[in-house]
Amino acid sequence: MSLLEIRNLHVSVGGNEILKGIDLTVNAGEVHSIMGPNGSGKSTLAQVLARRDAYEVTKGSILFEGKDLLEMKPEEAACEGVFLAFQYPVEIPGIGNTYFLRSALNAQRKYRGEDEMDAMDFLPMFREKLKLLEMDDKLLNRSLNEGFSGGEKKRNEILQMAVLEPKLAILDETDSGLDIDALRIVAQGVNSLRSPERAMVVVTHYQRLLNYIVPDFVHVLVDGRIVRSGGKELALELEEKGYSWTEHEPVGARA
Amino acid sequence: MRDTEVATVEQLDSWLENFTESAKGASGQNLARLKRLREDAFARFCEVGFPTTHDEDWRFTNVSGIARTAFQPASDVKLAPGDTAAWRVDDAAATLVFVNGRFCAELSELDFVPKGVTVASLRERIASHPEEVERHLGRYADTQRDAFVALNTAFISDGAYVHVARGVVVEAPIYLLYLSTKEDAPTMTHPRNLIVAEDEAQVAVIEDYASVGGESVVLSNAVTELIAGENTVTQHYLIEREHLKAFNLSTLRIEQGRSANVASHSVLLGGGLVRNNVHPVLAGEGGECLINGLFLGTGSQHLDNYMHVEHAAPHCGSRQFYNGILDEHAHGVFHGRIVVHKIAQKTDAKQTNRNLLLSDDAQIDTKPQLEIYADDVKCTHGATIGQIEDNALFYLQSRGISELEARKLLLMAFAEECVERMQSTVARAHIQRLISEHLLFAEGIAPQDGTLGRVEERVVEEVG
Repeated sequence: MSLLEIRNLHVSVGGNEILKGIDLTVNAGEVHSIMGPNGSGKSTLAQVLARRDAYEVTKGSILFEGKDLLEMKPEEAACEGVFLAFQYPVEIPGIGNTYFLRSALNAQRKYRGEDEMDAMDFLPMFREKLKLLEMDDKLLNRSLNEGFSGGEKKRNEILQMAVLEPKLAILDETDSGLDIDALRIVAQGVNSLRSPERAMVVVTHYQRLLNYIVPDFVHVLVDGRIVRSGGKELALELEEKGYSWTEHEPVGARA
Repeated sequence: MRDTEVATVEQLDSWLENFTESAKGASGQNLARLKRLREDAFARFCEVGFPTTHDEDWRFTNVSGIARTAFQPASDVKLAPGDTAAWRVDDAAATLVFVNGRFCAELSELDFVPKGVTVASLRERIASHPEEVERHLGRYADTQRDAFVALNTAFISDGAYVHVARGVVVEAPIYLLYLSTKEDAPTMTHPRNLIVAEDEAQVAVIEDYASVGGESVVLSNAVTELIAGENTVTQHYLIEREHLKAFNLSTLRIEQGRSANVASHSVLLGGGLVRNNVHPVLAGEGGECLINGLFLGTGSQHLDNYMHVEHAAPHCGSRQFYNGILDEHAHGVFHGRIVVHKIAQKTDAKQTNRNLLLSDDAQIDTKPQLEIYADDVKCTHGATIGQIEDNALFYLQSRGISELEARKLLLMAFAEECVERMQSTVARAHIQRLISEHLLFAEGIAPQDGTLGRVEERVVEEVG
């Protein structure tokens, strides 16, 4: 059984069809990259996988470990092991970073029938992960993403992923707006989480990130359809020729 | 409103009878000034009657429900210590408990009052130290401007007296608990508090209004005069958590001396109709005043916050922050009036009111009012009205937190902005607990215990 199976997925927002029949299979241990121009539907796909209800699924199915993902609320999907690193992480003043992340971890542990983690056990683990992402301890006491720089927010997303240890991580343009140092740190964090049990879907506009996070598969999404799939060399080809190249040559792409 | 005026006259006999009765039992009737203070105040009340919504200061709050009701003095009820255990604050420097407006020594805790601090029932203090009380009592709260202050002054009977000697620092807060009990007829209390911090003293006082033993129509009309001497640091906390049949009016009149630093924190959780007046006068140079508040309304609660910040000396700063969360049919009001006198150059006054409306029927009226007579001042004001952000909700849920829990976290976070400004850790912990319980209840998670049940009928009429 595949970890994630998307079949003929059609998604609309306010009557506009954004995704027009996506097929994608992701197995544990694999890293898939989804590339595409602005407005091609990349972020929509990422948000649908995280179960944002603003999107209407008009046709198709998504199975996660054989379970119907479309029946799940966002929190259920999260507890089942789906994680979305947001393109635009939300600032929430008044909720502490540490408190939030421990609440989230414990909600997931409770869902899985595990014991909740108290602050004494949580903190050392959390500090360890902070180090991995070269993040300042001061973040422990700050409100969630409040006043964080763009790079800090993205790192915080990967930090959350490192703590929550999902089965499927979706990175939505985690590279955009990052300078090369921040990109290196984020990629390092992501790479350290690669494992045979964990799959990743890396959504990006630029090939640059894929120098650091080398994917097993690359899919090109244009106008709501995957128009081309291939290995990591496809990303390089795209970088060279641009997206217009794929638009002119629609082929019977399959994932 | 004509209706209201007629109603006031209709109840005048009842008020007169009450006043005569109250005067008979009041302490200090042998003191000429105090006697006159009461009589003048009552005369003033009879003259003006209750305010109507035509009155600019009462535009958003209709008190005809109070004007129509014939209130009787609340009865003298004895409660056992066990009945009030749940309401207490641990770690207070002293606790005064009032039941139906009367000081209750058995429930109070005055054994560990620090040196240099006097905490007593006002009634007793008037009898034992009249000159000390008369130095301040009734010299600040304005009976001319506000009929409820006049009414309170006419009925001065009991309340808290707190005096902190020069230079004395009181570490833990002084806790004042006002309990109303269920009665057969509508009843009223007029708590009167006097808090004096002499120069360079530091003190925090918590006023907490709550109900025990079920719901009946009660009116609590409290006035507190807080005199903050030079270079003092004082905090005042007001908590309203009565049941929904309660009318709760309170006026905090602050007189600030030179370089005095005062913080007023209000937390309105309960009460059917609540009016919270905060009126600081920054009368000495270099004074700082923080006016911080949180109001959480649901059902048909009406929560009115009337701020009147008077800058009467140069180089003073005032900051107002009020956050409101309103659900169902609740109606909130934030009226922030800032008056900068001609002499008050270099005033820095700031005002922010943020509101979350959780339902389509919830309503907020927010009104800044700046009156500036000086020419070198900085005054800013801002108000926002919003809903719980879908983005934030989704973000929390996407990490595994349930929608209900996520909502609660976001509401707590919104409330936390105000709670964080509270300096006293004891007061903060108490208030955090109350807010948390309140939000649990509001979200329907906690079992209903009857103390905060829904009102069957709306006590407040819609105001246009």
